[in-house]
Amino acid sequence: MIIFDNVSKKYNEDCIALDKVSFVVNPNEFVSIVGPSGAGKTTLLKMLLAEDKPTEGKVSFFDTDIHTLSGEEINLVRRKIGAVFQDFRLLPNKTVYENIAFAMEAAGRPDEEIESDVPHVLELVDLGNKIWNFPSELSGGEKQRVAIARAIVNQPDIIIADEPTGNLDPANTYDIVQILKKINDLGTTVILTTHNKGVIDSIGRRVITMQDGRVIRDDIAGKYIL
Amino acid sequence: MEQQLFKTKLRRVAKAGFFNFWRSGYVSLASVLVMVVTLSVIGSAIFVSAILNITMEELRNKVDINVYLVTTSVENDILALKTKIESLPEVLSVEYTSREKALENFRLRHENDQITIQALEELGDNPLGATLNIKAKEPSQYEGIANFLNEENILSSEGEKIIDKINYFENRVAIDKLSRIINSAERLGLVLSLALVLVSIMITLNTIRLTIFISREEISVMQLVGASKNYVRGPFVVTGVLVGLFSGFITMILFLPISYWLGGTTENFFIGFNIFSYYLSNFFQILFIVVGSGVAIGAVSSFLAVRKYLKL
Repeated sequence: MIIFDNVSKKYNEDCIALDKVSFVVNPNEFVSIVGPSGAGKTTLLKMLLAEDKPTEGKVSFFDTDIHTLSGEEINLVRRKIGAVFQDFRLLPNKTVYENIAFAMEAAGRPDEEIESDVPHVLELVDLGNKIWNFPSELSGGEKQRVAIARAIVNQPDIIIADEPTGNLDPANTYDIVQILKKINDLGTTVILTTHNKGVIDSIGRRVITMQDGRVIRDDIAGKYIL
Repeated sequence: MEQQLFKTKLRRVAKAGFFNFWRSGYVSLASVLVMVVTLSVIGSAIFVSAILNITMEELRNKVDINVYLVTTSVENDILALKTKIESLPEVLSVEYTSREKALENFRLRHENDQITIQALEELGDNPLGATLNIKAKEPSQYEGIANFLNEENILSSEGEKIIDKINYFENRVAIDKLSRIINSAERLGLVLSLALVLVSIMITLNTIRLTIFISREEISVMQLVGASKNYVRGPFVVTGVLVGLFSGFITMILFLPISYWLGGTTENFFIGFNIFSYYLSNFFQILFIVVGSGVAIGAVSSFLAVRKYLKL
């Protein structure tokens, strides 16, 4: 489904973010990418979202090299990928409802579908009572749940979550991980980056460990080992 | 189907733009205030240009030729001369003021000046000659008319000269000088207005760029969820248009009391030009220019500013 084939990213001779990274993610997998800060986890996800281009190698999504696509084609790929970030990245001037509706509007969904799906997906993340609140009126955990709702509303093929629990307390971290596991159980591929040992050990799925821009371990049912 | 989808997108973009404008509160207010300053400068440039044009026109209309006739000339000869002048193609009108009328006017003008009136009484006879006031169709034609009267040997039925003096040649220097001053003022006014308009447009462009700089993170998020460039840009352009519309109407409302307040002053200072009357009689034209400029500046600056943060 996703193939990283010898992907390198060099900003200059002394700054190598990724060094010949290769791995494959299959459908319905839950893959955690771990490693210390600066290991290249976020850069890897940026490559998948076509936010950044590799210096060498290629990133394929369903047999298509993402970085050969036009802007319009990249938009279509992004609609199949749900993204969740550490800093939530919600639209501050839109309500919870509008934030989620925006992702559906961008995908050209009709009004009737938006009106029925948005409350439904908010119920899934247990935020049905915050539908008309603005992001500034929510706690960190609630914001992250809105971000997850926005990521899954278009029923994407894959969810990528870049340090989604980085700004959360243990209780909210547990909730978010449970939601991601549930999404995976329902058939969506999940790629999670984190440096939280507890999170990785509790998931008990595939773990790719990175250090200095290289993949140093790839365990089928791994733990956080560094 | 395609058309329906386009309409839906347009409606969503317009709604998002409106909410963006409304919910941004202080940011929108700051943009509107800066835009009002710019549009006031543009509006003032319209008024300055009108003042200069109308003053110039009034001044041109003030130019005429007075032909002073000798005191001994008889009315029949004068009327014959009047008819002759009227037959010239360049002449618009000729007004005859008889000796008696000239004296009456003189007395009226000096009714509070006892010494002059006394001196006139002592003379016993009417010392004033009749006059012919000539207006040409075009200001440039006065010289031709004056030359015609000067060269033509105009005599009475008894063969005596009846023209005493033609005042055009005395006034010409002053008129030309004044015309040159007004022309320079017009050019200077135009250059200054243009410079001011450009500077204020630049300030507004930068203010709108700053408001969009604040939203650069939002723009990247919108693109990350798969929104197309136009779908991201649209609401910002709508917000820019709304800033222009609001600012345009506020500027027009502000012009109402200001022009009313300045109306009397301008009327006394600029030969009958009342800025308030001008504002009222040209209201829709000024409204179109001011609001149109606001909308254009708002839309174009938003379009350009968002482009900077759009990737792909």
